[in-house]
Amino acid sequence: MASLLQVDNLTIRFPRAEPVRNLSFEIAEGETLAIVGESGSGKSLTALALMQLLPRAAQIPNGRIVFGGRDLARLGQREMRHLRGREIAMIFQEPMTSLNPVMTIGRQIAEVLKVHEKLSGRAARDRAIELLKLVRIPAPEKRVDDYPHQLSGGMRQRVMIAIAVACKPKLLIADEPTTALDVTIQAQVLDLLDTLRRELQMAVVLITHDLGVVAQWADKVVVMYAGRKVEQALPDDLFNDPLHPYTRGLLAASPRLKHDFHYRDGALTEIPGSIVSATGETGCPFRPRCNQARSSCGHNVPQLIVPAADRLVACPFTTSIKAVPHAAALSH
Amino acid sequence: MPLLSVTDLKIHYRSRDGLLRAVDGIDLVVERGETVGLVGESGCGKSTLGKTVLRLVDPTAGRIEFKGEDITVLDQRSLRGVRKSIQMIFQDPFASLNPRQTIGEILEAPLIVHRVGDRTGRRQIVADIVAKVGLPAESVSRYPHEFSGGQRQRIGIARALLLNPELIVCDEPVSALDLSIQAQILNLLVEMKKEFGLSYLFISHDLSVVRYFADRVMVMYLGRIVESADNATLWSDPRHPYTRALMEAVPDPARPRQAAPLGGDLPSPSDIPSGCRFHTRCPLATDRCRTQEPEFRQIAPGHQVACHFADHIN
Repeated sequence: MASLLQVDNLTIRFPRAEPVRNLSFEIAEGETLAIVGESGSGKSLTALALMQLLPRAAQIPNGRIVFGGRDLARLGQREMRHLRGREIAMIFQEPMTSLNPVMTIGRQIAEVLKVHEKLSGRAARDRAIELLKLVRIPAPEKRVDDYPHQLSGGMRQRVMIAIAVACKPKLLIADEPTTALDVTIQAQVLDLLDTLRRELQMAVVLITHDLGVVAQWADKVVVMYAGRKVEQALPDDLFNDPLHPYTRGLLAASPRLKHDFHYRDGALTEIPGSIVSATGETGCPFRPRCNQARSSCGHNVPQLIVPAADRLVACPFTTSIKAVPHAAALSH
Repeated sequence: MPLLSVTDLKIHYRSRDGLLRAVDGIDLVVERGETVGLVGESGCGKSTLGKTVLRLVDPTAGRIEFKGEDITVLDQRSLRGVRKSIQMIFQDPFASLNPRQTIGEILEAPLIVHRVGDRTGRRQIVADIVAKVGLPAESVSRYPHEFSGGQRQRIGIARALLLNPELIVCDEPVSALDLSIQAQILNLLVEMKKEFGLSYLFISHDLSVVRYFADRVMVMYLGRIVESADNATLWSDPRHPYTRALMEAVPDPARPRQAAPLGGDLPSPSDIPSGCRFHTRCPLATDRCRTQEPEFRQIAPGHQVACHFADHIN
């Protein structure tokens, strides 16, 4: 598969912090890449950087975001506006806050079509109804005149998806798209996203904290911790054989992955402390919480190494598989 | 005598759309030392039910007995004694902590209200509980915003434990926390339960958390309990189609992906479907389900289900 987006050494800097550091990943056409991490991992800022929607205080001092031969990090506002919504689109966790409460959903969908496809009036409305049908909203001819508050949470997220895919983007960034939804509705929305991905041949960057969602929907997973990529793998490899102590800790701490384990059988495995401890850390950001930390972990940020095909991990002590340096792996 | 016994509880509201039946006839028992998990999706009435147990919401009908005493008839004054024994832990600890008070002040307040000890005695109680929940001793002179989400929930737990309660209603206590912190808080709740001999009514939308944490589980849908069983039975032999759908909908890394188990949206509690309230989304619904409400009946000792076809499912 051809590469669609390449993020290369991306750093996001605020006046007093660098919440994302030297992040690299790649996404192929039509692929679903999951970025997992907890709050403070930098996953949502990464998404905003891809859209060039970072807050004003943020800068990208180094790194490239290459999409269709252009570096988005250096693209002008005008050109970016042309891309945004047309070739790259995004949906957010809380559809209610991203929809205009005093505008019918039909008009909100039509707005995108007007800007990018020069459609207006009847044609835009018809296309809006078509899009509502595409995202499986029942009775779209009636719903098109509804206001956001008249819809359920799941339906609102479908409307957001309709707006996002209106111009058949090549890349959809979904930032915690189902976190605010009930589990039976989450299943429906994830189903829909995956169907659209195939029908429209778009790639999806799925940003989530939910390991179950990752396992079932991603082609490739990037695990982030305190602004850095600490592990990358195919989902099966990640769940069968997590390599980074943070990933291992997450899987061990998750009650979902321990089916018959009950509190009467024993305590859940904890990751002690919190992500705040990474602030100001010179070496490995996970060192203060790591159960395998040694003194050398405080010296340098560990390099990503390639412990096996299609895998990367930023910990030199976690693997018994013969490791080769990241740079060597990149050369083939 | 059970610690808590709720009988035919109803909580109805008048709203613009008509009568909203948030809780619509629920029986529930929490035995001493037991953790009862209450699972359901948003709008099913689980949080309203939890608040009603503390009489933070007044029921429309039904009885709530705490150690044999009907607390629905108590006035505010007499409620005070009961409130000492029943405490609550909330989902968002930040919203439930006064931002302008130090943790010491926040934790001392309930002791003052309930006239526990003198100043020195109260400070000692606060210091002890702060240590018990794993917070550093100097926390008492700090403000809520200086703490992370997990630490704030520890403060919430400390406050709930102060007055030596017998029952704690936990309303989504780990839902707002990162996965790496969830395990810390769940472990703390288990430790506290052992140490203080607590009973929990544990409200959650997260089945995996309930599976780990509860002794008995009740599944709620649109104001009613649709299935109740001990933890092991519920997961090995779920009989209500809604319970099964909830379980299937949880994305599980150990299982290949399946189609979404349920279509459609949750109906509104102000427009509850006729017959079985689940029939509009149930894959097994028949004409009978559309007209006749199933009885909540026992199909095995300790296992109750509200489905006409509970005996045939499996």
